[in-house]
Amino acid sequence: MARLDRVSVQYGGQAALREVTAAFPAGAVGLLGPNGAGKSTLLKALLGFVTPAAGRMQVLGLDVAASPMRIRARLGYMPESDGHIPGMNGVSFVAYCGELAGLPRSDAMQRAHEVLHYVGLGEARYRNLETYSTGMKQRIKLAQALVHDPDLLFLDEPTNGMDPKGRDEMLDLVKDLATRKGVNLILSSHLLPDVEATCARVVVMHGGAVAAQGEIADLKAGRREVFEMRVKGDVDAFIRGLEAGGMECRGSGEAVMRVFVKPGQGPRDLFGAALRHQVQVRHLRPSLPTLEDVFAEAVGEE
Amino acid sequence: MPIHDQSYRRYAGSRNEPGSAWLVITKAGIRSLLGRKLFLAVMLAAWGQFFVRAVIFYLSANFPTLDVLAPSVETFRQFFEMQEIFVLFVTVYVGSGLIANDRRSNALQIYLSKPLSRTEYVAGKLGILAFFLLMVTLVPALALLLLEVMFSASLAFLSEHLFLLPAVTLYALAEVLLASFTMLALSSLSTSARYTAVLYAGVLFFTGAVFAILRGATRSSMLAWLSLRANLDQIGDVIFRLPPRFESPWPASVLVVLLLMGLSVVVLDRRVRGVEVVT
Repeated sequence: MARLDRVSVQYGGQAALREVTAAFPAGAVGLLGPNGAGKSTLLKALLGFVTPAAGRMQVLGLDVAASPMRIRARLGYMPESDGHIPGMNGVSFVAYCGELAGLPRSDAMQRAHEVLHYVGLGEARYRNLETYSTGMKQRIKLAQALVHDPDLLFLDEPTNGMDPKGRDEMLDLVKDLATRKGVNLILSSHLLPDVEATCARVVVMHGGAVAAQGEIADLKAGRREVFEMRVKGDVDAFIRGLEAGGMECRGSGEAVMRVFVKPGQGPRDLFGAALRHQVQVRHLRPSLPTLEDVFAEAVGEE
Repeated sequence: MPIHDQSYRRYAGSRNEPGSAWLVITKAGIRSLLGRKLFLAVMLAAWGQFFVRAVIFYLSANFPTLDVLAPSVETFRQFFEMQEIFVLFVTVYVGSGLIANDRRSNALQIYLSKPLSRTEYVAGKLGILAFFLLMVTLVPALALLLLEVMFSASLAFLSEHLFLLPAVTLYALAEVLLASFTMLALSSLSTSARYTAVLYAGVLFFTGAVFAILRGATRSSMLAWLSLRANLDQIGDVIFRLPPRFESPWPASVLVVLLLMGLSVVVLDRRVRGVEVVT
């Protein structure tokens, strides 16, 4: 669906993307990374908003530099920041966006009603956009991105500012689009659960570069065995001891920490280390690698 | 089972080819403004002069004793001069928020994520302002010419002044394009329509005031090119084949107008973007 080949983008003298090479196949792909990782810049580069200093990009088989209009006709973009056209109500706005995307006026209006019902704004479609709550603004942004039935959808932080219920509903919509409606999408988020709940594949970004990419299941499977553990005593000395033994700890103190062991190591080694450092083991159980572990390792965070 | 599935459906209808989206923007803008009563009142007032002159044309054509009221080239030149105040009102009312409001509400990224180039976006916005400005300049002026022919039942006036038709068109276009481009450029510089309106009026009055002061001090109108309004007046006199009212060479006024429009295009090119980069 989209492909970047050694793409670099600079804002002034600041590098926003550094030789990014990534592939976004059909289906739902997560674009994961902390704030400032370059996720939004990557989407804007694919849209043709920013011209790369180097590299090539393809979307839907078309070169971004050569055919930006043909690409945008088949793309839907839900921006991160609030965006609307002043003075319009919900249905006028979405229909207007449909017309801008090339739909005939009557079709655009019909689609606007349908899409607004789908995103849960059926009752509020005649209200002025300025009166919408944050959650409703997120939904209307999704509606304007969907109205022309795009082949590929860019969702930039779609759950930003939403309450837990609204967030779940938005993620359900995204999941429904990807799994049941056959819409290909790239979901950019700094929230691991959002990506894990909706996408099968992920591209992890950090500092303007791709830190990891692949099927989430594969990325998890390639990891070492992990245990959840909570101890009481000199925790710092205990962690230093584990690390000296080739193990890796994430999270420390009173909270439950995750301990990654080397092949061949197991609970016996953990108890042995606890005994040597005179700490009480209050909790120990095998765990499964999570996307959070993949992410933490990719971005090099403790 | 639901009677009607309100879920998301794929679209299988027709689509317009990219390149016509500017017309969507223009049409939507015109529709939106025509729905405002205050604006309709301004437009109606702008046509007041047309109705008065239409009556005068009728009287002069049908009552020989009122021959003194017969239309001349000066009549059409004066028509445009008297419309200037409405050109200012319409430019400020329609134009000040055209891009500023979109920038305030982050609408540019919505627009430019559609199959719509930056040029098309500007053309669409320009179309809204130009439409209403032409409605208070070119359209009533051409309608007056038509009425003159109809009331006098003769083409004599028109054939005597064959240049009048292109002159009216050319001057109206010069006035409309200058106002539209400068206002759009100013609108793209701000996120506040009110500030843009003040800025536009300020530029217009300030350049006029500077010229007036220098004219008083030097007792010469050689510096008329400093004033936005004086440049249009000077060009208008030349277009209507009347003696230029200022001593400054009229090509200088043409150059200033072209430079201002060029500068506006440069500003629009820099400010109308899907991503605002602050360095």
